[in-house]
Amino acid sequence: MSMSGRAGRTMRALAAGTLLTLLAGCAAPTPWVKPYEREHFADPIMSFARNPVSSTYLDHVLESREGARGATGAVGGGCGCN
Amino acid sequence: MQLTPAPGRAAGERALSPFARTLLALCILTAPVLAGVLPEDRFDYLEHYYNGGDITVQGPSVLVRKKAGDNLSLSAGYYEDMISSASIDVKLSASPYHEKRQQENAGLDYLHGKSTYSAGYIHSKEPDYTANTSYYSVSQDMFGDLTTLTLGYRRGWDQIFRDIKTPDGVIENDPTFRQRADHRGYTLSLSQILTRNAILNFNYELLTDQGYLANPYRKVRYLSPGQGEGFTLADQVYPNTRTSNAFSAQLKYYLPWHAAVTGNYRFFRDTWGIVANNFELDYTHPKQLAGHKWVFDASLRYYKQGHADFYSDLFPRADFQNFEARDRELAAFRSYTIGLGASWEFGIGNIGWLQKNTVNVRADHLMVNYSDFRNALLAGEFGAGDEPLYKLNANIFQLFVSIWF
Repeated sequence: MSMSGRAGRTMRALAAGTLLTLLAGCAAPTPWVKPYEREHFADPIMSFARNPVSSTYLDHVLESREGARGATGAVGGGCGCN
Repeated sequence: MQLTPAPGRAAGERALSPFARTLLALCILTAPVLAGVLPEDRFDYLEHYYNGGDITVQGPSVLVRKKAGDNLSLSAGYYEDMISSASIDVKLSASPYHEKRQQENAGLDYLHGKSTYSAGYIHSKEPDYTANTSYYSVSQDMFGDLTTLTLGYRRGWDQIFRDIKTPDGVIENDPTFRQRADHRGYTLSLSQILTRNAILNFNYELLTDQGYLANPYRKVRYLSPGQGEGFTLADQVYPNTRTSNAFSAQLKYYLPWHAAVTGNYRFFRDTWGIVANNFELDYTHPKQLAGHKWVFDASLRYYKQGHADFYSDLFPRADFQNFEARDRELAAFRSYTIGLGASWEFGIGNIGWLQKNTVNVRADHLMVNYSDFRNALLAGEFGAGDEPLYKLNANIFQLFVSIWF
């Protein structure tokens, strides 16, 4: 067997392995927290913005006195409660 | 007509800095986004009160949210600041003033499958500052709804004026001063359910500003031995651009005894040389008392920042450098905020469309220790540059009613 043939098979195997790895990476992972296990996230105390008017006001008070701004974290999403 | 600076407002402070306006807009932008779930129908009425550093700010804040069909949620809000200020900045070169700022906002959230599209508009007006912000965002639930990705964009455009007092005693906008500032913000947020008890949020935000970014009333001071109290005031000169990056992470954990704890960290850096970090810890504890449902909150926040490159409490001489600022917000300081809150859930007879009602109170105490901002009012006693460092203590109270319907 020539070296070029062996190298070609090695390259093809590497390419196939890489492709499989990439495809596996693209596949959606199985949810490790099932919907019926997310009842705690439906509890208002687990909300990041339980009192939006209050938290917005307090952010305003603090940040109007500070140089930093942004990424205040009142981000939405991910409650997983539906 | 010859115009002279208005003693009531000159060298004072506006209700909000441009930064604060954009931040306030951001808060409204990000709060309602919940991919896959529309926000609840609710009505909130809040009365706020701030007192500290010889400044009192109070007023109402109202928010209404209502679904229209299964896929659309509309919101509208109103916010007001009534300011009475005799702050250290005002006292340095002017006299106390009273002012009102009003803000209206409207927005919508549209749910389509696992995506939520949000848009809105905010308008803020006070005698010497008008701010407009439009915002847009899209959120997508992924990976079995364990992950939510949110992308946001907003644009702000402000008009800045400077009030003066005419010889007749009338306060009006200086016709020779009219400036503009534009803002753009880009947000990327990722929310991830980690376990059945823990959820993690990452937020990144890039903000850019261009235009007039200074406070037209505040002054810098420079040494002038033998004159007055040893210093002279001069106008601030800010750069016309600013770009900032902020990154934050929040971890929320459900505790076995039906309570929740939240840890929050944020890192900030901008092209003005400001680097800031803040940590916050929140604890929420529901409790059944005398047949009524209560929720208690406690929080502790620590904030630290370094000063801007062009900030100085006292410049060595006039025109010492091309950019000069003495705004306290650009100084180096550390602050602590301690907060306590209580929420009481109550019923209103047999009104079927009311789902839940709460009365809430919250009190926060803010302590700011400046590292390089001195009490210039004491220059006569201690000498310019040797005055005690300034400290700010403020009390913040909120009383609000929330109704879910």
